Amino acid sequence: MADTARDPPPEQTDFQELEDGEDLFPEPAAAPESGPASLPAEDVSTNSNGPKQDSLFDDDPEDLFAEATEEVSLDSPERDVLLSDGPSPAITPITPPTSVITPRIGHAHDDMFTHSSFDEIEEEEGGDSFDIHIAVSDPEKVGDGMNAYMAYKVTTKTSLSVFKQGEFSVKRRFSDFLGLHSKLASKYLHVGYIVPPAPEKSIVGMTKVKVGKEDQSSNEFVEKRRSALERYLMRTVKHPVLLKDPDVLQFLESSELPRAVSTQALSSAGLLRMVNKAADAVNKMTIKMNESDAWFEEKQQQFENLDIQLRKLHASVESLVCHRKELSVNTALFAKSAAMLGNSEDHTALSRALSQLAEVEEKIDQLHQDQANADFYLFSELLGDYVRLITAVKGVFDHRMKTWQKWQDSQMLLQKKREAEAKLQFTNKPDKLQQAKDEIKELEGKVQQGERDFEQISKTIRKEVSRFEKERVKDFKSVIIKYLESLVQTQQQLIKYWEAFLPEAKAIS
Amino acid sequence: MTSALDESDKEKTRSVSVDLNNDASLLIDIPDALCERDKVKFTVHTKTTLSAFQKPEFSVPRQHEDFIWLHDTLVETEDYAGLIIPPAPPKPDFESPREKMHKLGEGEATMTKEEYNKMKQELEAEYLAVFKKTVQVHEIFLQRLSSHAILSKDRNFQIFLEYDQDLSVRRKNAKEMFGGFFKNMVKTADEVIISGIKEVDDFFEQEKTFLLDYYSKIKDSTAKAEKMTRSHKNVADDYIHISATLNTLSADDSTALKKHLDKLSDLFEKLRKVEGRVASDQELKLTELLRYYMRDIQAAKDLLYRRARALADYEHSNKALDKARLKSKDVPQAEEHQQQCLQKFDKLSESGKRELTSFKGRRVVAFRKNLIEMAELEIKHAKNNVTLLQGCIDLLKSN
Repeated sequence: MADTARDPPPEQTDFQELEDGEDLFPEPAAAPESGPASLPAEDVSTNSNGPKQDSLFDDDPEDLFAEATEEVSLDSPERDVLLSDGPSPAITPITPPTSVITPRIGHAHDDMFTHSSFDEIEEEEGGDSFDIHIAVSDPEKVGDGMNAYMAYKVTTKTSLSVFKQGEFSVKRRFSDFLGLHSKLASKYLHVGYIVPPAPEKSIVGMTKVKVGKEDQSSNEFVEKRRSALERYLMRTVKHPVLLKDPDVLQFLESSELPRAVSTQALSSAGLLRMVNKAADAVNKMTIKMNESDAWFEEKQQQFENLDIQLRKLHASVESLVCHRKELSVNTALFAKSAAMLGNSEDHTALSRALSQLAEVEEKIDQLHQDQANADFYLFSELLGDYVRLITAVKGVFDHRMKTWQKWQDSQMLLQKKREAEAKLQFTNKPDKLQQAKDEIKELEGKVQQGERDFEQISKTIRKEVSRFEKERVKDFKSVIIKYLESLVQTQQQLIKYWEAFLPEAKAIS
Repeated sequence: MTSALDESDKEKTRSVSVDLNNDASLLIDIPDALCERDKVKFTVHTKTTLSAFQKPEFSVPRQHEDFIWLHDTLVETEDYAGLIIPPAPPKPDFESPREKMHKLGEGEATMTKEEYNKMKQELEAEYLAVFKKTVQVHEIFLQRLSSHAILSKDRNFQIFLEYDQDLSVRRKNAKEMFGGFFKNMVKTADEVIISGIKEVDDFFEQEKTFLLDYYSKIKDSTAKAEKMTRSHKNVADDYIHISATLNTLSADDSTALKKHLDKLSDLFEKLRKVEGRVASDQELKLTELLRYYMRDIQAAKDLLYRRARALADYEHSNKALDKARLKSKDVPQAEEHQQQCLQKFDKLSESGKRELTSFKGRRVVAFRKNLIEMAELEIKHAKNNVTLLQGCIDLLKSN
């Protein structure tokens, strides 16, 4: 695209121009790396293998089934709960059985995640005003060739008591972020929490970086990713429940993180994910839910509309970014041409004025380039994020439908069993009758649980949607204001440049 | 579509050339024009105190081809060989807005009614702008002629202004007579001929070098300026789409964002109008300026070419005279021929020098005027943008 001879400006200065005063690359206080997390020796996440395997890497198409022994299914924790005998009344979002919830969270952790505790968490938030800032910075290429990857520094600054320090940083790579999301999704999505989606993979983009192309487009790719990762983390910690999740805390604080291998696109986990997604899509089409609650119907429709409009807006803004970049390139070309014209001009004063015009236009082309970046990083990425978030919201509504379906299925099964039992009454088979009675009792429990699950997820979704809407308003408002301010800056610079040129033009005689 | 351009409009549009239409003895303008399909019919209106004309005030309808006929006859007139003949106005070109209108029609299903209407409005404005530009460029051509001491007295020019019948019959005859020979020669061979001739005069040597180089540079600048302006227009169009979608989002929204989105939609609508003005002003003051003088410089090059040919003729006649003297045959004819060539060449050089000098002066003045106006307009539009943006920011922050 750009054929200018300029070196791509270092990422920092671009940003400092756009976002006045905001310190995106804070110098962490010389805090030593946080010590090993006070977690039990067992690995917290099941979704990675015990031994780290450094020879594996992101997005490697060759690594098809290296992790054959991995346990993966997203459904398994759920099933554990439903089949358990104990009458646990509340849904516990499961951290997989081998892990232990750390005691440092400070609540009775058994009912940590019951809905009543959700209220407590919110109360605690009120007292401990939301003060946490995460920065993702210093992308660094580690390794060589196709084994290479980008390591990012994740710096957290906070005064929240749930963290051990006020300021600390760790090194993370992209698959770590994906791993975090994967864990959170498996724990919380099916009970109705809107888990912010992770940034998208890009095999093409990443390959360029690995191969060592130090050009503008791979720099842009890294910057785009860095910014997206930062927004992802900030959105995740803004969620009061996710903030306290041990996986999140470990991600932010722990200096060593086990490799999240199941996030590879073509691993067995990845394939299983794809199969699950397909199955979900089919199910969605076949579930006909009797919606007794108008709120849900209304909200679903609203989100559907919002999705369509946001995608449309996103496309228009992407077009704007593209055209503005074109404008920048064309202005630069014109500037060069005007400079040549000035040189050729034999009237001295006019020649000077034309050269000045060329200089002004060159400065303006840089302005357009910067504005295109603001168009992208502020406006376009905001919209892109929300398009993905809405998908997560829709997913949560779908889970509610699935929960309802499970409940209905249990009820129908119970009905059948009851009918069968009634028939057995008239036969002389006491063993079978007892078995039937036992099954019925079990199913009754299941049906009750199903109903409770359904009510719980409905309640959670209502809260989540309300929180989501509040966040959306704040988010949009603050980003839009920043974006408009970037536009103002551009215009003010334009005024400066042309006002400086005007006397030059007047000096022609 | 007809367009009656009022006085203030004309003041603004008559921008790329200067010192025109100042002499009350012959005032020409194009007060309106009609666009039928692709043919534009101009109404040429003349007010004069000169006795050469039959009436003091009159109007005639003319087509683009009539202007070309007039230009060509002037170029082919030997007597004017030493003058810079004002460049012919380019053919009215509605291709760009027409193509866009076509694309818009195809994409109609993908936009809201409002969005479509706005885009249509934009395109109609673009049509109008092209229309106004073509009227301006034809008008300036005539005014250049009327402002020229010698050309204003040309008989064909007077016919053009006054003849109330259709000129097309006359046009056909003219084509048969001249066959466009001279014109074609000029177009194909000028650079080679001009650079090839050994120059005897410093002034012309300098002019030759300057004009040849300047022409290629200004041609390039015109093309680049045009691309730049088109990009501006694209940005303005994007603002339309963004504004329309924000409007829909606002209508659907039930949160506190509703009014924010509404204000934002409104803001983008206003911004795109300003951006559109920036694009069209830049086009007028910069692109059109460069384009006009590119054509003017071509006309100046044509003058150099004619002088170069005259010099070549003179040198040939010298050789012929020497040969004749050697053979002692037809010497008086050869002498007379040589004298004629010399006279012609001298006349061309003298008049050419005058023309080229005044041309440079005109050019510098025109550039100055337009560059100043462009800078002032850019500042005005940017300040406007700042006000709009700041207003919206304040509204958003205050809620």
